Amino acid sequence: MAYQSPPATTKEAHACHPGTRHWWLQRVTAVALLPLSFWAIILLDMCLNAPYAETLGWLQQPFNSACIVAWIVAVFYHAALGLQVVIEDYVAVPGQKIIALWAVNLIFLFLALVALLAVFRIISKG
Amino acid sequence: MASRSNRPTSPHLQVYKLPLTGLISISHRMTGVLLSLGLLLFVIMLSALASGGTDYQATQDLWGNWLLRLVYYGFVYALFFHLCHGVRHLLWDAGKTFASETLDHYAKLELIASLLLTLLTLIFI
Repeated sequence: MAYQSPPATTKEAHACHPGTRHWWLQRVTAVALLPLSFWAIILLDMCLNAPYAETLGWLQQPFNSACIVAWIVAVFYHAALGLQVVIEDYVAVPGQKIIALWAVNLIFLFLALVALLAVFRIISKG
Repeated sequence: MASRSNRPTSPHLQVYKLPLTGLISISHRMTGVLLSLGLLLFVIMLSALASGGTDYQATQDLWGNWLLRLVYYGFVYALFFHLCHGVRHLLWDAGKTFASETLDHYAKLELIASLLLTLLTLIFI
């Protein structure tokens, strides 16, 4: 028992650690993605198989566009959080690690913005 | 850390013969990385749809290629695999389904569920 630090000290030492937040947001986005993936798969399938007007009309329906926007926000966040763990595990050199982490974060933020803007452009056509 | 690179490293993935649960665990990570890369294709499709009928049709024709079709099927399977094992992780987080004699059973259940969901998607959507 002597190895354990008093609870008060432990709490203080870890109160600001970002690990819990990372872990928690990965779960929250995962739960959000369970139903939202359904819309993503329908959209992907339509893009590959349906005529232009049909796909456009589907995405312009308010509920569908809301779900796709929510999916984009959740999925790019979830992907960046996941890739962060992979980089932290496999990139050992501190400098390279930080560059890789921020490169991934910025690339996924940019991709999310491109996707969101595309959806807004599609909605504004209707 | 980099300067001590000639020190012996601990044995890693390729050294062990992984049990089914271990294989699924590393596949979860691999599918996660691949799905993240696949998001790029999604952005391309959405941008094509936004830019108009001609671009949309051109991109769709490109996806008619059988190799890219396989990539699409792989993407759908990877998604459902990652989703099913993700649900398992959520159950673990809730403190459930840890009993060691049931691990293989749940692992097989995940694999069957992800295959079924993929087939259902390809047939009905």
